[in-house]
Amino acid sequence: VGNSALAFLGAGIGAGLAVLGAGLGIGRLAASAADATGRQPSATGDIRTTMIIAAALVEGVALFAIVICLLLTLKA
Amino acid sequence: VIPSLLMVAAMASVPEGVAHEITVPDAVFEHITDSREVEFQLPLVDRKISFTAPEWKVTIAGHELDLSITKHVLWLFVATILLALSLWSATRKRPADLVAAGVAPNMAEALTLYIRDEIAVKSIGEHDADRYTPYLATAFFFVLYCALIGLLPWASTVTGNLSVTATLAALTFVVTQAAGMRSQGFVGYWLHLVPAGVPWWLYPIMIPVELMGLLAKPFALCIRLFANMIAGHIVFFFLLGLIFLLGSIWVAPVSVAFAFAIYLLEIFVALIQAYIFTMLSALFIGMAAHPH
Repeated sequence: VGNSALAFLGAGIGAGLAVLGAGLGIGRLAASAADATGRQPSATGDIRTTMIIAAALVEGVALFAIVICLLLTLKA
Repeated sequence: VIPSLLMVAAMASVPEGVAHEITVPDAVFEHITDSREVEFQLPLVDRKISFTAPEWKVTIAGHELDLSITKHVLWLFVATILLALSLWSATRKRPADLVAAGVAPNMAEALTLYIRDEIAVKSIGEHDADRYTPYLATAFFFVLYCALIGLLPWASTVTGNLSVTATLAALTFVVTQAAGMRSQGFVGYWLHLVPAGVPWWLYPIMIPVELMGLLAKPFALCIRLFANMIAGHIVFFFLLGLIFLLGSIWVAPVSVAFAFAIYLLEIFVALIQAYIFTMLSALFIGMAAHPH
């Protein structure tokens, strides 16, 4: 197994883990937001804003990982 | 129309006999990366109109700077001019009208009001919101226009370039610092870098951490916008590239359907990313202006 093969393998595993983490995070976030909206329908707008901000932060971290994976495949 | 067609025909340079195979990843990354070569693929025929922008290098204090007009710079100009013209014509004062009339003025008013009332007032506060609304609205419309123009065929996404997003993030950073220093005074702002109530022996750890936090915010802002803008395009082109990778025409209906879905999603992403960039900028400004 050559170095570039290992780099591609690492990038693939890394991308998968990043997606797993971000998916779990945003999924929990959406579940909680749906729950909260069900309990308090009058606060839908505020809940949505809070959810989008938190989702953006989760997504930002996942995108850091994806950028690293992309660099791994491009430099390999 | 005829002179412009003649000009286009004159510029058309068909690379004949250049039959080197380009792979799917090459084609995708060629679309995404910046280059001096501006290409327009003609529909239905295997021809490209391409022209190479002139090189323009400037040496300042021994450092050579490449200031050539590239593909992204060209579309940056287009986006800026469209943005300025459309918003100027939509928000021009008409003495006869007391309220906004027509589709464009109403849309501009609705979006600007939304930015002020839902983003600026909620994150920065009633008192200071109007001061930062112009910057936030500018950032919102610029990011939105760049993303939407990037979705047109032939165009390229300006915010899919790290330099552009880094500049936008740097502008937010400057506005954030200025807001902090304005509300607490220059000395007060830097003295309150570490939150009150932290024991003094934690300062050697807290000061570097807070300084890093200061820089991490614009860094995250820059990478997020860049990655979001580029990710959709990569997925879109690889879905279409699947046809060539698998080498079968029967993949095409599925690929094209999925690519079209991604395309529609990208329109939504353009709006969401413009909103998120503005929202986070407002949040950072609010955090710097009201440190508690």
